[in-house]
Amino acid sequence: MPLISILIVVAIISTLALFVNRSRALQSADGEIRNLHSLPSYYGYFGALSALIPALGLLAVWLFVQPLVLDAYISGDIPDELIPEDSTRGLVMSDVRRIANGLDIAVAEGAMSENMAGSLRTEFTDVRDRLGDVGVALGSDVRPETLRSAQEYRRLVGIGNTIMTVLVIGVALAGFAFAFLQTNKDFRARNAVENGIKILLIAAASIAILTTIGIIFSMLFEARNFFSQYYWVDFFFGTNWAPSFSGRGGASELGMLPLLWGTMYVSFIALLVAVPIGLYAAIYMSEYASPQFRAVAKPVIEVLAGIPTIVYGLFALITVGPLLRDYFAEPMGLGNSTNSVMTAGLVMGIMLIPFVSSLSDDIINAVPQAMRDGSLGLGATHSETVRNVVIPAALPGIVGAILLAASRAIGETMIVVLGAGAAAKLDLNPFEAMTTVTVKIVSQLTGDTDFASPETLVAFALGITLFVMTLGLNVLALYIVRRYREQYE
Amino acid sequence: MTDMTNTDAPLPGSSKISIISETSATRRRNRAEARFKLYGLMAIGTGILMLIFLLLSVLGAGMSAFQQTFIDLEVEMTEAQFQDAEGSLLKTGKYKAIIQENFETRLTELGLQDNVDITEAMGLFSDQANADLRQAALANENWPMVREFRFLANGRIDGYFKGRVTMETAELDSRISPEQLQLADQLTEAGLMNKTFNWGFLSRVDGSPTRPEAAGLGVALLGSLYMMLIVLVLTLPIGVAASIYLEEFAPKNRWTDLIEVNISNLAAVPSIVFGILGLSVFINFFALPQSAPLVGGLVLTLMTLPTIIIATRASLKSVPPSIRDAALGLGASKMQTVFHHVLPLAAPGILTGTIIGLAQALGETAPLLLIGMVALVQNYPTVPPEGLGDPATALPVQVYIWTTRSDPAFVERASGAIIVLLLFLLIMNIAAVLLRRRFERRW
Repeated sequence: MPLISILIVVAIISTLALFVNRSRALQSADGEIRNLHSLPSYYGYFGALSALIPALGLLAVWLFVQPLVLDAYISGDIPDELIPEDSTRGLVMSDVRRIANGLDIAVAEGAMSENMAGSLRTEFTDVRDRLGDVGVALGSDVRPETLRSAQEYRRLVGIGNTIMTVLVIGVALAGFAFAFLQTNKDFRARNAVENGIKILLIAAASIAILTTIGIIFSMLFEARNFFSQYYWVDFFFGTNWAPSFSGRGGASELGMLPLLWGTMYVSFIALLVAVPIGLYAAIYMSEYASPQFRAVAKPVIEVLAGIPTIVYGLFALITVGPLLRDYFAEPMGLGNSTNSVMTAGLVMGIMLIPFVSSLSDDIINAVPQAMRDGSLGLGATHSETVRNVVIPAALPGIVGAILLAASRAIGETMIVVLGAGAAAKLDLNPFEAMTTVTVKIVSQLTGDTDFASPETLVAFALGITLFVMTLGLNVLALYIVRRYREQYE
Repeated sequence: MTDMTNTDAPLPGSSKISIISETSATRRRNRAEARFKLYGLMAIGTGILMLIFLLLSVLGAGMSAFQQTFIDLEVEMTEAQFQDAEGSLLKTGKYKAIIQENFETRLTELGLQDNVDITEAMGLFSDQANADLRQAALANENWPMVREFRFLANGRIDGYFKGRVTMETAELDSRISPEQLQLADQLTEAGLMNKTFNWGFLSRVDGSPTRPEAAGLGVALLGSLYMMLIVLVLTLPIGVAASIYLEEFAPKNRWTDLIEVNISNLAAVPSIVFGILGLSVFINFFALPQSAPLVGGLVLTLMTLPTIIIATRASLKSVPPSIRDAALGLGASKMQTVFHHVLPLAAPGILTGTIIGLAQALGETAPLLLIGMVALVQNYPTVPPEGLGDPATALPVQVYIWTTRSDPAFVERASGAIIVLLLFLLIMNIAAVLLRRRFERRW
């Protein structure tokens, strides 16, 4: 049964439970609500939740575990000698899955009967051709072992799905029955329902943890595969980035330093633009501006933060890039590329202005008024007060804000994809096209990807490097900001 | 007060200082003050100017995408011609011949046939014209078909009317000649060719990298819509549930501390990292289809959740404790207090936060590139739920795809798509602001 129908069946069962349990509770109290422990609808909710939660929980766990178990089983079934020289077990497995998937589509489209898909033999049918007819393109001809594995895979998936359907619906019914038996006028339905809801709330809150675990494990897992094929010292300290896509492995040089240099250079220019503008804007807003001026200027500046990065990317590509090339780079003889570190840095700087200004604004506002009054009372001008008293007092917070902006800059993707270029270079000329970590993650993972080659897997190693860098900056920034807030509270 | 009298007495060593007339030192300090203030104003001015410059440059490049050059032509087609065209291997070629035949008659009527070579003249039409005629013929029931068509003009001709292509550039261009441009002028005078509002930009699919004139946002709009639906359906309940737990029920212990730190960090993780997560978990592990709005929606959900949780917690926190105390005092359980009283009072804030989260998700590009949404999608995704698994693109991704094409006409399309995107964001943000104005309560 497809997933959606299982969900519908479970939903129907729990709706049924909702009404049945409610009326049973009322019945057990002889229709007199005062005799019930809880309001009648709580008995209904109890029925619905008992049918729903265990069934959905089982479904989620099953969907997660089944592919793991099946993969391990099928791939364990493929003898070592059947794996071709230039291939790996993982690649053979992905072939198996692709063929199984193709057979599914063929059956769904009616190009094959279920029986035929199970008994297909490469000796009699050109499987690649048949699957091509239904739109599943295979890279090479299907070998008999692979086809057999794929058919076995399909058979097991089919069995697994049947068992899952039966179990899930069974659990839903069992939950219904359990709730039905529990329901009588003395049953504390409200407490039970509230406990159930609390568990749901905790589960929802834990999704944040699951996401982090997912991020870390998915990247660690693939990055480990990468480092088993590529020496880690060469990756972290290599000064040459030259992936080759012609042959698998071997000739590629995947040194991260040029990418890291590009990232740092672009971020540095971005901060050079954003920090003074953002900081002065924040100072003016919090120290000088009238409420009316502030009410207009602050939201307008913050619009810059709400504009999607792709818009900045296009702005860099069609406006800023040509402008810088025609009026700065070419007259100064520094190059003739529209993509450049300067282009990306400037545009990213504009994007970061509100990040610096909003946070600094909050922080400057948090400096106690007494400190300003003290300084003004001693005869300092307003600007001297700001420079000598307010800013030093707010400095830790401002540093935190700048660190947060830096972490944004490092992780920013679309502006550099469209503005900075794709050539990995270690160069000082800001009008030269360079590339960054994020650009290379995008370029290595889009288009034709082959999850066994280091050229693709390197993206995960880059990803985890990026993640660690931004995480470090964020944690540091949050720590500083929090410490600072406590200081004045 | 005694201090005051002291300052009147001349200070030792600086007997000339008066507090009324400006000395050079005060003048310097006042100038520094004015300068400092000016820097602040300049910084704000720079920010605002940049915003205006950005918007103007995008609007300037993109407004023309909403206009398109069309050729009006009445086409007469018999059933025999239809059968012949459908039966042949080069279907579009046959349809092109039919257009050519009709176009020739029209040119003769206008008295233009003498000075043009008909194959040259056919270059005015977009290749899409053949496909459009075929679509109409396939849907047609009463033969012979006589219909007024509004065919797309070739991208270069369109560019000529928008100032992108000139006689000089046409000289160097292999795909258009100055003679064709002159013919286009003549046709415009004859009223056969005109520039009108281009609905196709919003509805057509992005058919081919060589046909900018026919490229539209149809698939991208649907894809974005589907993804927003998924994000809304998933983030709102999960985000609200998580916030309620963290704000109202969570005991102070290591586990909740961990969750809190996690959420604030997730909010700052670069979006591309979520793309890597989606690729390796949803596509490689769960074997969900590539390029599908389903996967895009899930990735964007994970990305938007922290934003929504942070906004929801803030609005839960702003409900005063007296409300909770009153409900508890009247005998409501903790859960009833939260769901019957606190949550409804926090609802406007939660909705505002959700809309802003959705707006952020709508503009996100990088993670979608990694889950394969950059593919050329020629068919509209079907209706949900099945349609959620069909390949699609999204608005910002479509912009990226168009910027990677070599034909300069796509720059106009990309900017046009950005205008559409910004329009949606504007509407969402205005809705959020209005909602806040209308329902916000100050306690």
